[in-house]
Amino acid sequence: MSAARPPSTLSAARAVLYKELTLERRAPQTLTAMALFCASAFVIFHFALGRDAIEGALASGVLWVTLTLAALLGIGRSFVADREEGGLDGFLLAPAPRSALLIAKATTLFIFLLIVGLLAALLFSVLLLGPTPSASQWASIALLIVLADLGIALVGTLIAGIAIQTRARDLITSILALPLLIPLLIAVTKASEPLLSVGAGTLTGRWLALLGLYDLIFGLLAYALFDYLVED
Amino acid sequence: MANTEPAVVCSGLVRRYGERRALDGIDLTLGEGQTLVVFGPNGAGKTTLLRVLATLLRPSDGSASLLGSDLRKEGWKVRSKIGFLGHQSLCYGDLTARENLSYHAKLHGVEAPAARIEALLDQTKLSDRGDERVFGYSRGMLQRLAICRAVLHEPEVLLLDEPRSNLDPAAIEQVEPLIGAAAGRTRVIASHDPAGGLAEADLVLGLRSGAAILLEQAAEVTTDQIGELYR
Repeated sequence: MSAARPPSTLSAARAVLYKELTLERRAPQTLTAMALFCASAFVIFHFALGRDAIEGALASGVLWVTLTLAALLGIGRSFVADREEGGLDGFLLAPAPRSALLIAKATTLFIFLLIVGLLAALLFSVLLLGPTPSASQWASIALLIVLADLGIALVGTLIAGIAIQTRARDLITSILALPLLIPLLIAVTKASEPLLSVGAGTLTGRWLALLGLYDLIFGLLAYALFDYLVED
Repeated sequence: MANTEPAVVCSGLVRRYGERRALDGIDLTLGEGQTLVVFGPNGAGKTTLLRVLATLLRPSDGSASLLGSDLRKEGWKVRSKIGFLGHQSLCYGDLTARENLSYHAKLHGVEAPAARIEALLDQTKLSDRGDERVFGYSRGMLQRLAICRAVLHEPEVLLLDEPRSNLDPAAIEQVEPLIGAAAGRTRVIASHDPAGGLAEADLVLGLRSGAAILLEQAAEVTTDQIGELYR
């Protein structure tokens, strides 16, 4: 009777990703909230620190704490439409591999984080950053944003998958995500510090390697665990 | 009635939520092409039974199998053969009806999805409004769309939770070829309509507090017996 063949992981992931991006395009809540949060945080830091310009470790800390907290907004909203409209059940009823949902959700979050990260870095350089990074330093900062956002997207999707099954889902997101993101935050702030300092700072290989390793470990962990998290 | 190969078999099926037993030792066998109608007051376990059979919930104890596959171990095998209609439409408000159906068609790997979607929208008289976002739909329109979604991949087994709720008489006629007995599918239907439910049932299950207190061939059940379940 059935005129259907179970989809591959890739085609199911593509369907979910297209749906996620269409929903955000129609009702741009997540990206708007994340971008506004970053802008507000930079203005608050500007007045709270009582300085016109910052650099080095302080600049690195302000940038990445802001981006991490903005990411929590994105993580928290990751499954909102699915929860409110039964979309998760819709996916679970299909013969699609569960890893397709992980891939699509993590990719969606990664895209959002990339857009917000690049916009926030530009805004940060205008509002708070003392030294003007060179073109090569901007390229290094962009690389760090890509590596850090990949890790945040993987951990965030894993946490969102846990949180959606609980009643205290909003609390769970912050409580679980922040401790898991500490190694990533240490690596990315240390790696960013010389790039945001006066003088020609460059990227340090070991922090890049640590970020890459973090992404790999949490990518594998998310892939191994996600099926069990979303199913009963 | 079609043949008598069991399509659904439950044996000592238990589903717990914490300490509470939402299903408490259900035993039943339903043949292919037959219709089981489940009656019972709110909270009796009807929706839980449907969700277990749909592979959305795992049995806590006992066993349940669908089309020969043990749902605890092999739920993935039968998902493409199940059409589930619950209390939610499982459709996204910010997508149009066509986009929602197209999304579900991709997840189910439906071949020639565009033609299938148009046929379903035509059948349920939603074609004209198929490009509108679903959040503007009335409850009846949403129910028709949800029925389209449930049968999109031409499942062998339909699990329907009060499928005719929110539908006017004309809409009930429109969806009949899709979810009615004439579709020839094995059906498990949760219902609060004793006369209507009994008329389409081959087998009747009455639940109260998760336990089966009535399990009979429909021909041997009266509407009064079903009414007793609600007292």
